[in-house]
Amino acid sequence: MGKSRFLLCGWLLSVSLAQAAIDPALLKPLASEDSDTKIAAITALAQAAPAEALPVLKALADDSLAVAGERVVIVAGERVLDAANNTEISPAPAAREVIGINNRVRRELSAALAALRLFSTERAVRWQAAQEVTLSADAKMLPLLDRALAAEKDPEIRTRLQLAHAQASLGSTDAEVRLAAVKTLGESSDPKVRQLLLPLNEKRGDSWVEPDSAVRAAAGTSLRSIEQRLAWADSLGRAFTGLSLGSILLLAALGLAITYGVMGVINMAHGELLMVGAYSAWAMQSVFRAYLPGALDWYLLAAIPVGFLAAALVGVLMERLIIRHLYGRPLETLLATWGISLFLMQVARTVFGAQNVEVANPAWMAGGIELLPNLMLPWNRIIIVAFSIAVLVAMWAILNLSRLGMFVRAVTQNRPMAGCVGVPTGRIDTLAFGLGAGIAGLGGVALSQIANVGPDMGQGYIVDSFMVVVLGGVGQLAGAVWAALGLGVFTKFLEGWTGAVVAKIVVLVFIIIFIQKRPQGLFALKGRFVES
Amino acid sequence: MNPSPVPVPFIVRLGRSFDARTWQIVGLFAAFALVAVPVMHLALPPDHPLHLSTWFITLVGKILCYAIVAVAMDLIWGYGGILSLGHGLFFALGGYAFGMYLMRQIGRDGSYQSDLPDFMVFLDWKELPWFWAGSDSFLWVALLVLVVPAVIAFVFGYFAFRSRIKGVYFSIITQALTYAAMLLFFRNETGFGGNNGFTDFKRILGYSITAPETRVVLFALSALALIGTLLLARYLVTSKFGRVLTAIRDAESRVMFIGYNPLWYKLFVWTLSAMLCAFAGALYVPQVGIINPSEMSVANSIEIAIWVAVGGRGTLIGPVIGAFIVNLAKSWFTVSFPEYWLFFLGTLFIVATLYLPQGVVGLWFKLRGRFRNDDAGAVAGDAKGVRA
Amino acid sequence: MNAGELHLADQDNPDWDSGTAELGHVLKPGQLDLSHKVILYLEDITVSFDGFRALNKLSLTIDAGELRCIIGPNGAGKTTMMDVITGKTRPDEGTVFFGQTIDLTRLSEPEIAHIGIGRKFQKPTIFENHTVFENLELAMKTDKRVWCSLLALLDSAAGDRIAETLELIRLSAHADRLAGLLSHGQKQWLEIGMLLMQEPKLLLLDEPVAGMTDEETERTGELFLSLAGKHSLVVVEHDMAFVKQLGGKVTVLHEGSMLAEGTLEEVQADQRVIEVYLGR
Repeated sequence: MGKSRFLLCGWLLSVSLAQAAIDPALLKPLASEDSDTKIAAITALAQAAPAEALPVLKALADDSLAVAGERVVIVAGERVLDAANNTEISPAPAAREVIGINNRVRRELSAALAALRLFSTERAVRWQAAQEVTLSADAKMLPLLDRALAAEKDPEIRTRLQLAHAQASLGSTDAEVRLAAVKTLGESSDPKVRQLLLPLNEKRGDSWVEPDSAVRAAAGTSLRSIEQRLAWADSLGRAFTGLSLGSILLLAALGLAITYGVMGVINMAHGELLMVGAYSAWAMQSVFRAYLPGALDWYLLAAIPVGFLAAALVGVLMERLIIRHLYGRPLETLLATWGISLFLMQVARTVFGAQNVEVANPAWMAGGIELLPNLMLPWNRIIIVAFSIAVLVAMWAILNLSRLGMFVRAVTQNRPMAGCVGVPTGRIDTLAFGLGAGIAGLGGVALSQIANVGPDMGQGYIVDSFMVVVLGGVGQLAGAVWAALGLGVFTKFLEGWTGAVVAKIVVLVFIIIFIQKRPQGLFALKGRFVES
Repeated sequence: MNPSPVPVPFIVRLGRSFDARTWQIVGLFAAFALVAVPVMHLALPPDHPLHLSTWFITLVGKILCYAIVAVAMDLIWGYGGILSLGHGLFFALGGYAFGMYLMRQIGRDGSYQSDLPDFMVFLDWKELPWFWAGSDSFLWVALLVLVVPAVIAFVFGYFAFRSRIKGVYFSIITQALTYAAMLLFFRNETGFGGNNGFTDFKRILGYSITAPETRVVLFALSALALIGTLLLARYLVTSKFGRVLTAIRDAESRVMFIGYNPLWYKLFVWTLSAMLCAFAGALYVPQVGIINPSEMSVANSIEIAIWVAVGGRGTLIGPVIGAFIVNLAKSWFTVSFPEYWLFFLGTLFIVATLYLPQGVVGLWFKLRGRFRNDDAGAVAGDAKGVRA
Repeated sequence: MNAGELHLADQDNPDWDSGTAELGHVLKPGQLDLSHKVILYLEDITVSFDGFRALNKLSLTIDAGELRCIIGPNGAGKTTMMDVITGKTRPDEGTVFFGQTIDLTRLSEPEIAHIGIGRKFQKPTIFENHTVFENLELAMKTDKRVWCSLLALLDSAAGDRIAETLELIRLSAHADRLAGLLSHGQKQWLEIGMLLMQEPKLLLLDEPVAGMTDEETERTGELFLSLAGKHSLVVVEHDMAFVKQLGGKVTVLHEGSMLAEGTLEEVQADQRVIEVYLGR
């Protein structure tokens, strides 16, 4: 092992050193015209000298292995190395012919390469190789896997290798070996292993694919336990994407929960306030790109206050100029704010162009946490869930703990009385609307990370946002939260059954029916004054 | 208000809904649509100054259909106080139902020369879905045009009005309904051509759909349909039914406590309004030659409301005027200044709601001082101030 | 179209005093049965809103032809009681019977109006965009289903009835004015007129003289007294002079239940009533 490690290092550094040679007889068949011969040669080579074979096979995979006369050579740029001993040949032989490989050979080759990388000194390389090899292991690789297992100390990689070993054993002629393998495979939770076990219980023509009945039974048991784990992970994944969709709906609807829910102003331009927030994120990205390229990854943090303020400003202008004059006339407000929404859309189209603009995730939002082999939680979704919780908490605090919140509640409950005790009702309306709009802006900043940013983006959210608020019950923050999360999870689970579009239709129809049953939403207020 | 001891046939009462002067105006309009337009389009050579182009016939024919929708919207909104954001759905359903017939009339002249409509061949369907059965019959489809939207409106309305959903709530759930329907129609599997909807029509009742004569006939039918709609609406709003309807709009609980059940009144006008929309949709599709799911978009339904608001709700001529103003402006803007159209429309929404609560008709009457003196300004959407 | 509405076999005004109390009379479904000379029974009615009990085991009976005044401080449950009778609010517990047989808790507002209970609201609610004449026309007792309204024509008998009522409520001169332009007192009268057009057997009147001049109040009192006997009236009022003028039995409500009942003199002498309401 020590020696091979040394050699691998050498190869990795592309340093040509004197080393143990490969029997040229083993190399020769690589140049054969016949694919089967080539494959046999690859296997033989990997078995015989795992360490030394690596550079040769790598070269074969890169189309840089060639035949020069009798010798097999590796072409490395200007230099030509002898494949047998990895020493430079100079002068380089002029007449050489690159060894071509077809796809079948390439497949075998990459499996063999992966198997060879199992002996790498770097854990990450070995881990990757173990994963690759699991999916393509066959009986021919068994001795190699045996050796790798003997050398491997890392428990995680060992588990992987054992799985690969079991998989390779499936091709064994010995029923006992197959039985043991099938049992080991049952501990996996990889959907690909399931594909592997499935055919064992199938019939091909009149005979079973797997002749031994004990193995078939064991395969059935293993399959069931894998499927259980898969289903579990699948549900968990759906629950998470549902949660993530719910948090997006919540961000889109929270602003509405203030403007419509608390103030009773029906704002059809809410989607365009989201759009303002999203364009703010894009603008900050452009500003950072131009003036602070070093800190580009942090543009999003700057976008949060900018998005809030931009949308709040638009909201305040809307309230002061138009909505103010329409209090108590909800249907007119609906139409006027729809007009505002058309106006804002066209402004965006004129200023930023009709095409979607590109807003990139910062590097720290890329990737994710892999909980299970088939369950990956992307960072951007996790961050958005966390962000929506933060916005929710902040909003709750403003409404319930701050003086502004107290005034807002006072004005919405009894406007004339609030006015009498000195609450500046007009200014409170403006501020509350600005707050709702600002929160929509925050939602827009978050949306810019996962959705297209364009002039029409707001239109896509307006129906959903209203559904959340209506379902939750007007004036109810808690209602909006439960409605958003419930709708998100419900939609995602439904999507698994029916596909996205039908799921959406079903959800809308469900809400329409639900509202008939409970016109006041999930969290209804009761009392003599409710109706009036 | 005159006591009438002798029973009067309904048709006569319908006729009396318009007064003599209104009948004169209607007569002039009918003469224009049924005589002048055909002559000016068919008989005059294209270079004649009075020649009406195909573009004109199509545009005005289209707006006549929109005007029917606007009057239907006004019945439910202006008189019933219920703002529907789902009228685009009924319009489109009527269009789709009639579009099925037009698709079947293409016969084997489609690009695939199949008995099935092209989009079905494209989807590799082997036979017509069950709901296309009978779509080659004009009468059956004409029935579908009215019955399908009526049933949908009736069922939806029954549950909504029974749960006493009103105001903005009602608007929002009608919007959700339209939106859901649009998503449904966007799917190819739904069987209505998906994204592209129905187009490339060839014939109607065996006549070429692009022939000038067919266009003129469709135009005349649209004009007659508008007159019929106005007459029916005028009868409704001047009948006791209309008075109950406006009473429900103004004080629903009072209406209940004097023994009317608002549910059935609202349901009647809602269903009727949906059927009028569907009828307009069926007239619209052969004239513009296409129907697709975007007709059901949220924006389209709200635009109907602005026609009514601009013209003047609670009057019957207002919605017609509104439909013409907005749509003529639209066709002018989208040709001359496409980028300013949304600015104009957005501003129109704002201005109409802020400064023109009675629409242009209300403005005109205000300027003419024709509101009854003591009632000036006190009346919101009075049904009787304006003659259709 | 109108299957949900209760249909009455017999809509004639039954004569209160014609001795239908004989044993063995035939009950017709949906018809008001006054065989025990009681038109309204409220028994153990409880209504609560979010824990607040607006009515607390309220029991009350109104005799046929009676004129009953209900008084009580704000929040005593007077309006909620009317809501329960007219079907606007469903009681959590208790029963409401109209005559011997009709369970009002099972009927909707229009059905209750249709079987003969009319209500005047605290704030006059009339159709402000309709003329006075049209307000009365809409209220007039007739078949109120959609189809009938679509084809309805005003016959001369109906015209005469409206003219009579206009005379009675002294609005003949204003028949063609919009109701929204009337004075407050005139609106109150118009609403009473609409109630009369309904020909109800039981009239619920919530503060009918609020905002009227003394002279108007007195005339209203005379009108009510002339109606009593033929109709049953329940009047909720704060104006003690008016209650005194009406002179009937008085019920005092307090915190959702009945505190006292009797003539005005009797309840005014009642120590508990003085404490909660009159004394201060």
